[in-house]
Amino acid sequence: MAIEWYIVLSAMLFAIGFIGVLVRRNPVVILLCLELMLSAGALSMLAFSRMLGDQDGQVMVLIVLVVAACEVVVGLGLVVAMFRRRLPLDVDEMKELKG
Amino acid sequence: MSAATWGWLVLLFPLLGSIFLGLTFRVLPQRIAGLVGIGAIVAAFICGIAALISLQGEPHDSRHVASSLWEYASVGGFTIDLGVYVDPLSVFMVLVVTGVSSLIHIYSYSYMKSDAGYTRFFSYLNFFVFSMLLLVLAGNYVLLIVGWAFVGFASYALISFWYSRETATKAGMKAFVINVVGDIGLVLAAILIFRELGVIDYGAVFEAAPEAFSTNQWEVVAICLLLLVGAFAKSAQMPFHTWLADAMEGPTPVSALIHAATMVTAGVYLIARSHSLFELAPTAADIAAFVGLGTLLIAGTIAIVVTDLKRIIAFSTMSQIGYMFVAVGIGAYSAGMFHMMTHAFFKALLFMAAGSIISAMANMQDIDKMKGFRKAMPFTAAMLIIGALALSGFPGTSGWFSKDEIIDFASFRGGMYEWMAIGMMIGAFMTAIYSFRIIFRILPGKPCEEAQHLIDTGHVVHGEPVNPKTLEPEDTDVGYPGEHHHIAEQATGMKIGMSVLGFLALVGGLVQIPGVTEVVTHFLEPTFEDSAFVGLHPTVEQAWIGLGKGGLISLAGIATAWFLYIKRPDIPGKLMNTFRPLHTLFVNKWYGDELVDFLVVKPFKGFGSFSNRYFERYVIDGLTAGTTGFVRSAGVAVRDLQTGLLRGYAVLMLFGIVAMVLYFLIRSI
Repeated sequence: MAIEWYIVLSAMLFAIGFIGVLVRRNPVVILLCLELMLSAGALSMLAFSRMLGDQDGQVMVLIVLVVAACEVVVGLGLVVAMFRRRLPLDVDEMKELKG
Repeated sequence: MSAATWGWLVLLFPLLGSIFLGLTFRVLPQRIAGLVGIGAIVAAFICGIAALISLQGEPHDSRHVASSLWEYASVGGFTIDLGVYVDPLSVFMVLVVTGVSSLIHIYSYSYMKSDAGYTRFFSYLNFFVFSMLLLVLAGNYVLLIVGWAFVGFASYALISFWYSRETATKAGMKAFVINVVGDIGLVLAAILIFRELGVIDYGAVFEAAPEAFSTNQWEVVAICLLLLVGAFAKSAQMPFHTWLADAMEGPTPVSALIHAATMVTAGVYLIARSHSLFELAPTAADIAAFVGLGTLLIAGTIAIVVTDLKRIIAFSTMSQIGYMFVAVGIGAYSAGMFHMMTHAFFKALLFMAAGSIISAMANMQDIDKMKGFRKAMPFTAAMLIIGALALSGFPGTSGWFSKDEIIDFASFRGGMYEWMAIGMMIGAFMTAIYSFRIIFRILPGKPCEEAQHLIDTGHVVHGEPVNPKTLEPEDTDVGYPGEHHHIAEQATGMKIGMSVLGFLALVGGLVQIPGVTEVVTHFLEPTFEDSAFVGLHPTVEQAWIGLGKGGLISLAGIATAWFLYIKRPDIPGKLMNTFRPLHTLFVNKWYGDELVDFLVVKPFKGFGSFSNRYFERYVIDGLTAGTTGFVRSAGVAVRDLQTGLLRGYAVLMLFGIVAMVLYFLIRSI
């Protein structure tokens, strides 16, 4: 299969994820969309790795997965904290850091 | 041991004494501290004698030893040695300084007995002597400056010794500041010497100078004038004289030390030491002589009118130092050094006697209030008379030989120096008047209250401790006047100090009788052998004629004083009323303080407040306010971007990434 399909799939996944981040207000969903974007990046790296025939891309993907796991931990921690304080689960309401 | 080794030992003992006393002031009993202080200086004196003996053992032509312990500084291929230079001049200074200082230490041992800061006092005294010895033994101009600055600090510490007395601390500061002005002159002179000659050691400088400079070349004149600034400030010559009278705020032994042995003679020493330079710059030497002449006349007029006992003696010091400046300025180096020696004897004696009387007066220093001390304190009275005789140059006393030698040399050189000699004779006449003004005002007559108390009870009056200048009550925590008074002249230490000095003041001149014994001249000859004036001196007959004239002037002055203060005591008052403006001028010390205040202090203060008002406010404040203002307005400008809306940031990030990707895409095309 040609590389283009992988790239197109990766780009579509990334776009879907990004649009999700932009339009949804629930932090849990935003985190899901972020995961989607990371996976899109990982997919394109895997594809390039296969095309070039070396292992660097695969290694990068492993790193990305670890980073993604960490990010989810932090993100879900924030969500739990918000829930405990009975704050609305809406990122637009969380803007106390306004300058 | 060589003379240089002895020279190092001379320096070592006072330094060790000072450090030891400074470290042990809490634990050491008072008596032992005093003995350690005396011992250090006496040991230095003994080493000085040893240096003299070992130096005299050398052949005439090589009577100078330079020795260096280690490099003091090494900068850019130029090294300054920590070195001493031992030659007849420095040994002469060492002997006078340590000899007179030993006696002053012995005197202080008793005089300061009731003072709470006894150990501190001796530590300072030892440091003072050490600094002065470093000054005279230094082997190059840099080390000289070190000693010079140490002396300035030591004088500050001792003048402000009673630190709770405000006038004393102010006087100390004044002395220090004026001395620092002199230090600047000296430092600039050293820099200029190094720039012109490339060397800084005495021997090398004096060797190189005659080849490098022609007579009165402006560089050498500038060097000498800068050296003179230092000398004038340290030796209280015009226009830097104002600190000396205020320095009387210190304890009386300190006054004796500053005036007789250390400090004020440093300027004379500096000129004598640098005579090779001054002879290449006759203009500067003449300036030194004229300033000396002016100072001796002005100080004489002030000494005749002021009524503070210690200040009269202080102004007489200024005047006598003026004679020494004239001497070294006109080339009579050995005469100048000889006068320095005799002056050290009789001036220390006068201060000691004055201290004895002042403590009997419960710290009053006004001679108007003193009367009849001849009966109350016969020993002190005798010493005071000896000191006054020597100061006024009574025939046979030490001052007679030394002062008239200077006057003789001036008239021998002729020309304008003849006029200088006449000026100095007028000065000598005034000297005789004011010395015997002290005697005739305070010794005879009906004893005053304090003196009567001493005769009746055998005890000194106990006065409330007050500042003699402002009459404010004093804090006695820092010591003197202390709770317990003692009769000054019965204390052993004070008696020893005064009687030895009295003896020296009487007979010290006999070492330099024209045509018979010319010890000082011969001894100092190796130092001054490169001088143009070394072979020039008045003949023995001329010298004796000069001595005769000097004796007559002195007798005339004493007679005038007797007429004014004993025979017709109403005349001084009448004179005062007739010449009211003149009297006001003299009593106010020719408005020297006010002049300095007007010319230096006021402009500086004005500049300070101007800077505070304008420079500080507009420039400094403007700069800081500008910086903070810039940061703040930049913050205001970008603050609105910070919406706190998470999804907004995501959009901005998208735009950013897109822009970057586009940029790289376009570049790669």
